[in-house]
Amino acid sequence: QAKYKERGTVLAEDQLAQMSKQLDMFKTNLEEFASKHKQEIRKNPKFRVQFQDMCATIGVDPLASGKGFWSEMLGVGDFYYELGVQIIEVCLALKHRNGGLIMLEELHQQVLKGRGKFAQDVSQDDLLRAIKKLKVLGNGFGIIPVGGTYLIQSVPAELNMDHTVVLQLAEKKGYVTVSEIRTSLKWETERAKQVLEHLLKEGMAWLDTQAAGEPQYWLPALFTELYSQEITPEEAKEAIP
Amino acid sequence: QVKFDSGVLLLSTHRLIWRDQRNHECCIAIPLSQVIFIEEQAAGIGKSAKIVVHLHPAPSSKEPGPFQSSKYSYIKLSFKEHGQIEFYRRLSEEMTQRRWESMPAGHTIQVTKEPQAGRIRAVGIVGIERKLEEKRKETDKNISEAFEDLSKLMEKAKEMVELSKSIANKIKEKQGDITEDETIRFKSYLLSMGIANPVTRETYGSGTQYHMQLAKQLAGILQTPLEERGGIMSLTEVYCLVNRARGLELLSPEDLVNACRMLESLKLPLRLRIFDSGVMVIELQSHNEEEMVASALETVSEKGSLTADEFAKLVGMSVLLAKERLLLAEKMGHLCRDDSVEGLRFYPNLFLTQS
Repeated sequence: QAKYKERGTVLAEDQLAQMSKQLDMFKTNLEEFASKHKQEIRKNPKFRVQFQDMCATIGVDPLASGKGFWSEMLGVGDFYYELGVQIIEVCLALKHRNGGLIMLEELHQQVLKGRGKFAQDVSQDDLLRAIKKLKVLGNGFGIIPVGGTYLIQSVPAELNMDHTVVLQLAEKKGYVTVSEIRTSLKWETERAKQVLEHLLKEGMAWLDTQAAGEPQYWLPALFTELYSQEITPEEAKEAIP
Repeated sequence: QVKFDSGVLLLSTHRLIWRDQRNHECCIAIPLSQVIFIEEQAAGIGKSAKIVVHLHPAPSSKEPGPFQSSKYSYIKLSFKEHGQIEFYRRLSEEMTQRRWESMPAGHTIQVTKEPQAGRIRAVGIVGIERKLEEKRKETDKNISEAFEDLSKLMEKAKEMVELSKSIANKIKEKQGDITEDETIRFKSYLLSMGIANPVTRETYGSGTQYHMQLAKQLAGILQTPLEERGGIMSLTEVYCLVNRARGLELLSPEDLVNACRMLESLKLPLRLRIFDSGVMVIELQSHNEEEMVASALETVSEKGSLTADEFAKLVGMSVLLAKERLLLAEKMGHLCRDDSVEGLRFYPNLFLTQS
């Protein structure tokens, strides 16, 4: 029996040695690829998407660690991890305006502004990938599909299916009323009110009681007029703890 | 709004040129000398990014153009897909340099008689077009070469994934007959390739030698910042702080979490703590959140009641951590909440103290 055990150990050792050798070879291949195409990855958002999709297909996460080959040699890591920092800063600065919800488009614009004129272009796909990685920090980052695009959540507030569906309903006009929810979603008044009150408490919705007809619940995150309003110096201070 | 949709905008040292993508014969231009100034209009929902070009009134010598007159003194260029930022930058440069004042136009406009009647080709534009076409072909060639190389690379990467799966299966079969040394090696290989760790996570966690070293580094880097912030920071704050300081070779979020998970077992003076809400923080070992709760209770009592925002401002904490402290105080029974649409407000728990 001891003989079998020994043989087992040797097998693993062999395979590990083989993997080590293949890793070295792969590293060389990657170096070669990087020397020819590193710029392409940094400059071309479409190529990045292709690269990321192919990695996902074969079961590799190039962004898992800054110590990974992909990050070290292609520089993809630094690109996305830095983007993560910029996303966090923008969300913190604007949190008091929108309660921690922001449209992907607005986030995109604000991040581009912060990056300055000569920085590489980042796409919305890049932002989404960076955000998916940020989730692991336990900060409540989330991605909510609405109207063909996304709302980005950046606070640890609980938003369940009910909240999400109301957000999606509100996306068209930037606001929603209890009647609209009752009509579109066929909910009871109580259920609609609970969801809306939760959004009010979290600072994600504001109440307009002076609206003609019934009160309107507005979502600052969906206000198009507020787009590209500069982040004020006070807000910027909030962003850097 | 005019019906000049779907086209390509070109910039020369002398002019702004627009050509219809579908009908190549449709081509309009404006001399840069007519431009007073330009401004950007950002994109929004349903609106594309734009550049507004304010113009001098047309001189009487102007060639006939698409319109006889307009009530507006500006035009808007709408960028439906992309390119607004780059174009604005280059247009600004041209406006600053004003090269049309010092250079005569490179090519004169010629009217050539083509077999199809009525076609006018401007040589200057053709020159620009050709260059763009060449550049496009070059870019396309680069891209297709890059994709080819990428595909080949991914084939090799796939082999690595297969090999690692085979090893992982062997490890599972052996159920602990694999040495710790071998496990550590295997994990570091997985880390290099970015392959998720299927087997060994349960036994030794996701940490590797790298994460151990990182944990020790973090203990050094974070000591002072933690002391400056009352002994506690959210993991998000740590991520930003550390990566801003590094500038290059940044940490991934997973790197940070994996390193922090090892802090306690490495007996370092910091630890990772996860609140009920899922919020993750780093605390100094000497920090005692439960003691801080006692002082929080005093503060709230003094003021009668406080929201997380108010408490944060008073004490000089981030709202995120202020809220966690108040929630903890509530959990311990020292505070109770009043949850209304005005916000979440905390009061001293008189049920406890006065029963």
